[in-house]
Amino acid sequence: MQTDVLKKVPVREQDAKVRATNFEEVCLGYDKEEAMCEATRCINCKNAQCIKGCPVAINIPGFIEKVKEGDIAAAYQIISEASALPAVCGRVCPQESQCEGKCIRGIKGEPVSIGKLERFVADWARENGVKPEGAVEKKNKKVAVIGSGPAGLTCAGDLAKMGYEVTIFEALHEPGGVLVYGIPEFRLPKQDVVAKEIENVKSLGVKIETNVVVGKSVTIDELMEEEGFDAVFIGSGAGLPKFMGIPGEQALGVFSANEYLTRSNLMKSFDENANTPIMRGKKVAVVGGGNVAMDAARTALRLGAEVHIVYRRSEEELPARVEEVHHAKEEGIIFNLLTNPTEILADENGWVSGIKCVRMELGEPDASGRRRPVVIEGSEFLMEVDTVIMSLGTSPNPLISSTTKGLEVNKYKCIVAEEDFGATTKKGVYAGGDAVTGAATVILAMGAGKAAARGIDEYLRNS
Amino acid sequence: MYRILKAEELAANIYLMDVEAPRVAHSCQPGQFVIVRMDEAGERIPLTICDYDREKGTITIVFQVVGAATEMMRHLKTGDSFHDFVGPLGCPSEFVHEEEASLKNKRILFVAGGLGTAPVYPQVKWLHERGIDADVIVGAKTKDLLIMEEEMKAVAGNLYVTTDDGSYGRSGMVTKVIEDLIESEGKSYDVCVAIGPMIMMKFVCLTTKKYELPTIVSVNPIMVDGTGMCGACRLTVDGEVKFACVDGPEFDGHKVDFDQAMKRQQMYKTKEGRDYLKAKEGDTHHGGCGNC
Repeated sequence: MQTDVLKKVPVREQDAKVRATNFEEVCLGYDKEEAMCEATRCINCKNAQCIKGCPVAINIPGFIEKVKEGDIAAAYQIISEASALPAVCGRVCPQESQCEGKCIRGIKGEPVSIGKLERFVADWARENGVKPEGAVEKKNKKVAVIGSGPAGLTCAGDLAKMGYEVTIFEALHEPGGVLVYGIPEFRLPKQDVVAKEIENVKSLGVKIETNVVVGKSVTIDELMEEEGFDAVFIGSGAGLPKFMGIPGEQALGVFSANEYLTRSNLMKSFDENANTPIMRGKKVAVVGGGNVAMDAARTALRLGAEVHIVYRRSEEELPARVEEVHHAKEEGIIFNLLTNPTEILADENGWVSGIKCVRMELGEPDASGRRRPVVIEGSEFLMEVDTVIMSLGTSPNPLISSTTKGLEVNKYKCIVAEEDFGATTKKGVYAGGDAVTGAATVILAMGAGKAAARGIDEYLRNS
Repeated sequence: MYRILKAEELAANIYLMDVEAPRVAHSCQPGQFVIVRMDEAGERIPLTICDYDREKGTITIVFQVVGAATEMMRHLKTGDSFHDFVGPLGCPSEFVHEEEASLKNKRILFVAGGLGTAPVYPQVKWLHERGIDADVIVGAKTKDLLIMEEEMKAVAGNLYVTTDDGSYGRSGMVTKVIEDLIESEGKSYDVCVAIGPMIMMKFVCLTTKKYELPTIVSVNPIMVDGTGMCGACRLTVDGEVKFACVDGPEFDGHKVDFDQAMKRQQMYKTKEGRDYLKAKEGDTHHGGCGNC
């Protein structure tokens, strides 16, 4: 295979027109030949910057070296030392701002396609039945992990590898957290990828108990005092969806992105055979510009709608990954930028009939450093839609913080946890992921889960 | 899996089941609810907790057949299992946190409509176990749809049964009984708890408002996860958006926007579903029951 050393080996994707009508995965990934070819682009830097860019510090040049040699099983074990979910991360990490953002190759030309290589290695391991290596000796201590999303799975996997007895408590009926209810099938296949990664974590000895809402079914104090857990990790995720607070938001046909995506992803309502209904709108407005907004928009598109992203700033400020925006555009999502809804209108039966919007322009930078959008006077206009999906982020869920004595929250109601090892204000209780930071990314949550596993290990050794 | 230890039909289309769910039974309180799923492809269905046995580790649920999912559920028998059974969800009734001494001085009126009798029962029972007798009005459309009369009689101070068609007990709507008790039977109350179809709760609140009687209602909107994540169960209370699953399900009834809440319940109702109900309930079905 010949290649331009300045460019990534291109990755095969489903054609945009075809994939806009199905829920199959968009990106098809590398095959072994492509992966080995891409791996040769890595110059194996001594002081590898990519590792510093990775929140879980995977030995990136190390695993790529093994791919280069064609020893994929060895590459997988190197990744597994640091990451419990490589097939997930290879798909959903924002590599452009992390490992690949730091790659020396990127200075002149394109960085090494680290994400696609990680994905290839993880997929190969799964297809060839290679599992991560478990603990050598057991430690006689029990840890409870709350939430089976990226933070919880990572923390549980790491602790199990250290020899601890770990039980994950999951509130929903299926483990995976945001990987299952939030990220759509076409970006992250549930059965083939997520379920298999969870199987790998279980194969390390981790138990998962579903249908347990910690804070309701059982409290953290009860877990520690009555059920004998020596330490607890809270990775309960982000929480309650935000709404704009504009008139008409309770009209029929207005959904939070969380609801819309949960129906489609967790409850599989995109599938005609599933029992949970989802509204199949004809013209949908998705308000917001993050990754969740892109996921909701691309889901609505696949359910047959004309879809508009309505975002109050300009393209440059879109918080979504460039790749997601690019894919969305390819598939035919229409971007109404510098546009902000002011009211949702409903017909005589209470169903959404349109949204009133104003046009915006960018003014001076605000606290976030982004230019503040300012309303253009007299720019009001009407957009006819039958469905509105609000994708404005979330605010923390009070279920755990309000039922756990001695667990402090900050002014945003996020759990206070010390940065290096995730220790909270309650002895033996650690936390990480969105429950601490507010909505962020899968890999940051994994980084926090990893740090907390080290913190918990340290704590249990000394107690 | 969550095994069903008992399944029986209480009245036409109304079923009771005892289900093994030790974690839920260990921690549930009056006012809370559960979510169940029948099988892999099943919907998450929020249901009322009607009773619990902490020692046996069981929860009693009562449900009415209102659509495809509950139609399937009614065929479950003793020995069958639910695939998922999660809870307790929502906040316990406010009185659970009140000082017993101050509760003892309160005159409490419960108003239960139809299936609402089931969630009212554990509240009245909880009070009864603490030596507090509350008055209870139970309303049903007709005698055959009345449920749990004996159980309720055993824990209520006074029980007033009424049927819309006068086929049993008093005659007329629950609102009429409230008026009769307060205006002609010399009763007075400090607080009212009303649980039933949205339309009933709305009219109970309009009635109690006249007497400035504080009224708590328990809402049952559309829900997906039941833990605060999806926001489907939102409603407006006193001008603010609240989530029934984490802020409720009980709210100050005089502040709930019932008309909006009733509209939102129709979100996924199909023409087929409405036709099904009409066929089942015939002319007595006028809409607004919260199930149609």
